[in-house]
Amino acid sequence: MIRRLLVATLLVASAALAAVPSGPAPDFTLRTLDGQNLRLGEQRGQVVLVNFWATWCGPCRQEMPHLNRLYEKYRASGFNLLAVNVDDDRNNAAGASSKMGLKFPVLFDAEKNVSRLYDLKTMPSTVLIDRDGKVRHVHRGYREGFEEMYEKQIRELLKE
Amino acid sequence: MKALPLLSIVVPLVAGCAGIEPWVKPYERERLADPVMSFARGGLSDKHREHVRVVREGARGATGVQGGGCGCN
Amino acid sequence: MAATKWLRPIAGLAGSLLATGAANAVDLPEDRAEAMYHLFKGGGVTAQGPALLVRKSLADKVSLSASYYVDMVSNASIDVVTQASPFKERRTAYDVGVDYVVRDSAIAISASSSDEPDYTADGVSIDVSQEVFGGMTTLALGYTRAVDRVGRKDVGFFDNAKHWQYRLGVTQILSPRWLASANFEAISDDGFLGSPYRSARVFGAAVPERNPRTRTSRAVKLRAVGDLGSRDAGRVEYRYFWDTWDIRAHTVELGYSRALGQSFLADGFFRYNTQTRALFYSDNAQTETLYVSRNRQLGTFKSYGLGGKLAFIWKQVPGQYEVKLNGAYEWVRFNYSDFTDIRDGSAYSFTGHVLQLYVSATF
Repeated sequence: MIRRLLVATLLVASAALAAVPSGPAPDFTLRTLDGQNLRLGEQRGQVVLVNFWATWCGPCRQEMPHLNRLYEKYRASGFNLLAVNVDDDRNNAAGASSKMGLKFPVLFDAEKNVSRLYDLKTMPSTVLIDRDGKVRHVHRGYREGFEEMYEKQIRELLKE
Repeated sequence: MKALPLLSIVVPLVAGCAGIEPWVKPYERERLADPVMSFARGGLSDKHREHVRVVREGARGATGVQGGGCGCN
Repeated sequence: MAATKWLRPIAGLAGSLLATGAANAVDLPEDRAEAMYHLFKGGGVTAQGPALLVRKSLADKVSLSASYYVDMVSNASIDVVTQASPFKERRTAYDVGVDYVVRDSAIAISASSSDEPDYTADGVSIDVSQEVFGGMTTLALGYTRAVDRVGRKDVGFFDNAKHWQYRLGVTQILSPRWLASANFEAISDDGFLGSPYRSARVFGAAVPERNPRTRTSRAVKLRAVGDLGSRDAGRVEYRYFWDTWDIRAHTVELGYSRALGQSFLADGFFRYNTQTRALFYSDNAQTETLYVSRNRQLGTFKSYGLGGKLAFIWKQVPGQYEVKLNGAYEWVRFNYSDFTDIRDGSAYSFTGHVLQLYVSATF
């Protein structure tokens, strides 16, 4: 009886803390800017950075050039970057993407399903996933200097 | 069986240990970020308008615009 | 193209932000520069002049701001015209401020100084705001301490007035489309609180006014703004004011904002303010009291304001900078119940106009 109570409590507690570092990254499939469907699960074997952004979020736009640079630099080493956009209107996101010259895949989450799945606490939110599909780092918000932390963590994950 | 009432208190407490959850998520704030939604958008403009009123009306304060200076007499 | 090239490293260096902070944890205020021409004309007074504002952030940690404001006043108001002769005066005000952000808190420290030939006002303020509850609620506390020196042209500076202001505010996100806030402010004054030029009227004769040397006032303001659908928003505000001089005031404001196309932002508002007089205020006192004043600012009146603003987004590079040309106009009307125009004995009223023309750039 006590054990059941403990298990029930733990299950509820863990459900309340989604996407905490060291849990498996919840899988999702979203449409990209090109019209294709992209599934997170298919990226297994690569280190993935999932960045949640929106056109109406200043720090998100500030972060983009840094993400572009990281993508170009580490892409050949087995790194992928998925930018999940949460604008209500996909056209806004498409326009902003081309204006900013984003080289990595941009996915649309207008219904906010994946945002909810990852229980985002800030905009932007950046999640670093290792080659086994486990969430290793979660970055909340963006301040100048974060990109250095991203780079350091990407390098560590690529080494594994 | 004594554990049952305990279960019904502990489990919800743990689940709701953050208290009431924020009901507007950060990714739902698109409309709130639109400039039309801000209370006070222009620094100098709002300060001037507030000054014009404070100098002529007896009421002052709580406007969210930080006043300063006088032009009182 | 060339313009954006040099802006990019600056923008990166300063960590400038373009969107409003509602999306994230607390952010530094955005960098901006403004130049304005302002004008008020009404009741025989014309006050106009330039104003400038600059705000710049350093290393995404600190934001510095400075503003300069000049009022050139040409005063032929009813007080002046019936008691003395019209005069011209110039008031200059400077403000400087430092803002910085520590995680979910924003701290702003500012100082202001206002100078005119017979009145100076200097103050310092500190404002702290903190986001709580997943960023849905922002709590703000503020404190201002100010000292004025009061003078008279023929005598020089002869007295002073001290002020303390305490502010408390809560802003709450109600839904993805609605925002509400409640603000409270208490202001205490100590010292010479009137005008050395103004007379009161007792038994029909002019006597120098006598104001209390202390005053404490409180104001509570409630506001809500909501997104109405297609890039427009409506807002409603109510303020209740009360003080130890027995003045009570209610102010209501309704506003509407709309984005017109990609290049225009329009605002319209209506404001109604009604006030009941201070205890010692009288148009023509029929008893001898310790304090007496005929300052119509403390009387019973209703004031109305109807105004609009139009902003034209002249140049915009999303994520980098935006330059707007703005024009704002307000029609103002004051109807006094217990202040008479002694030239004809009728209740005094006047209509005024407020005009603001300014260029604003955020980067």
